[in-house]
Amino acid sequence: MNASEITQKYYRADKLPHIWCPGCGHGTLLNSVVRAIDKLGLNKDEVVVVSGIGCSSRAPGYLDFNTLHTTHGRALAFATGIKHANPKLHVIVIMGDGDSSAIGGNHLIHACRRNIDITAIVFNNNIYGMTGGQYSPTTPHGDFGTTAPYGNIDSTFDLCNLAQGAGATYVARGTAYHANAMDKLIEKGIQNKGFSFIEGLSLCPTYYGRKNKKGDAVKMFSFLKDSCVDKKVVEKKPELGENKVIIGELYNNPKPEYTESYQVIIDKFQK
Amino acid sequence: MSNNKSYKLLQGNEACVEGALAAGMKFFAGYPITPSTEIAELSAQKLPKIGGRFIQMEDEIASMAAIIGGSLTGLKSMTATSGPGFSLMQENFGYACIAEIPCVVVNVQRAGPSTGLPTSPAQGEVMQAKWGTHGDHPVIALTPNSVQETYEMTIKAFNLAEKYRTPVILLMDETVGHMREKLTFKDESEIEIINRKKPTCAPEEYVAYRPEEDMIPPMASFGEGYRYHVTGLSHDETGFPTNNNKLAGEQVERLINKVEQNIDDFSYYDEYKMEDAEIVVLAFGGVSRSAMTAIDEMRENGIKVGMFRPITMWPVLEKQISAIADTAKEIYVAEMNYGQYFYEVDRIAGKKCPVKKIVKVTGELITPNEIIAAINGGK
Repeated sequence: MNASEITQKYYRADKLPHIWCPGCGHGTLLNSVVRAIDKLGLNKDEVVVVSGIGCSSRAPGYLDFNTLHTTHGRALAFATGIKHANPKLHVIVIMGDGDSSAIGGNHLIHACRRNIDITAIVFNNNIYGMTGGQYSPTTPHGDFGTTAPYGNIDSTFDLCNLAQGAGATYVARGTAYHANAMDKLIEKGIQNKGFSFIEGLSLCPTYYGRKNKKGDAVKMFSFLKDSCVDKKVVEKKPELGENKVIIGELYNNPKPEYTESYQVIIDKFQK
Repeated sequence: MSNNKSYKLLQGNEACVEGALAAGMKFFAGYPITPSTEIAELSAQKLPKIGGRFIQMEDEIASMAAIIGGSLTGLKSMTATSGPGFSLMQENFGYACIAEIPCVVVNVQRAGPSTGLPTSPAQGEVMQAKWGTHGDHPVIALTPNSVQETYEMTIKAFNLAEKYRTPVILLMDETVGHMREKLTFKDESEIEIINRKKPTCAPEEYVAYRPEEDMIPPMASFGEGYRYHVTGLSHDETGFPTNNNKLAGEQVERLINKVEQNIDDFSYYDEYKMEDAEIVVLAFGGVSRSAMTAIDEMRENGIKVGMFRPITMWPVLEKQISAIADTAKEIYVAEMNYGQYFYEVDRIAGKKCPVKKIVKVTGELITPNEIIAAINGGK
């Protein structure tokens, strides 16, 4: 399927153009989500896309599925209700970095721990964009935000490590630059029968980029390209991973899934 | 079948679960908190047996979110909590109001503020039930005063949530939640069950938030082929966000009107010895039981006193309270808080007759003697 066919089939064309700034990485990541769904041939009626609040949260509105735009940080809690109530649905959650790991951090770790069959994708632009450029839990230490005018003294969250530690059974990191690889990571995440966590490195030229003198969108995309290296490459040549961000499939270790475990309890009572 | 009654000695909290199951509850999400925990425990035990689903969430914010999710898939959903958890639920309660998601929220009130006196009885969330979440919004809140009534009002809470597409609060208090009394189960044929209106049109013609004449839009479940958008942003009838101030204002008005203009449909209340009452005690929940004893004693001494007991707390029963004020010489509002519902009663009745408070914030039930003393002191 070519790009315009994908748009025709999966986007609510009348809701476009989107609200994202020129050069934002979110649209590219969203296309990866859609291509993964298309590749898997999921029935649109059985796909639910849930989001929280922030730039990333506007994504579901553009998509022709069952879509739910919730409250800040709570997307996974709503999604857990949906998946548990109707396990037949494919539940995909799109969150931002602050959304998923600051205000929504508790929901994230517990969704991971339950290993409920949800695919969570974080559009990580290292900043609170919607509110105008405040530092987030993934803003690099020392970088600037409107609320970190003298440099960010916080330590930075490694969201993938967090998800793996909390019990997610599939963990991956991709970027808005490595679009084809991102498609596959999301595809595998959806296929994993359990909680899948996929970090999508995005970019925010408008706020993060400007505040930190990172140049224009092209320069920031180039930075994504140059600063990331796939885990498989590093496994063969460890020296290539020095001072790089590791992308690719980071963890894949299936375990019993939450709604299936609950179904076992229900089945006990069905004579 | 109606002669084949079944009875059980149950707590108010247990009766709540029985009522919820009778109403068709299939999904419960909650977080442990005394004095409501039995509701979660019994739901955990009973739901899988009927193919329903229970989940213990990480907090009350998540519990409220999860029942909204559950309801969106078509399952009748409930959560239960007490004061601190009720505070956490307010954010997503407002979401359920604006997104018009039917669900039932039980608050078994305990003494606050904050952690307060766990877990002594109180009625401190009368105003929070109405105004706890930010912004203008509709609220239906019902307050039972017995185990039997808890069962029956839980059924009604589900029915009203389904009928009006709005979250409904069952505002219990610890006294009623933990009290044990005989519950007479209703036969299935005696129970009225209301289910949400579903769209009858084809999916491509479905306009998700277009209200019908009754101001309520039909609701499709996720997964049924009606792919629509749900948001907590002000939205137009398509369900998509709008910045149109006129439409945003109309939406809030419709949400409030669909509930408040139908108050006659769910004006539940009880009257006790009101025929010739000159003094009226307005009491609800656990306190109403003390009030009845107090009234019996005062009646023996020839005092013409009766009780008006709102079961529907929100919207306020303005018509009924105003009518009482036409004949009463004075009204006493007795409540286990520092005076909350008093202000509503005073607003409605205060110009017609004196309205006085009987309040208590010690975490103890107001006793009959305290009510008698307050009324005699007013002589």
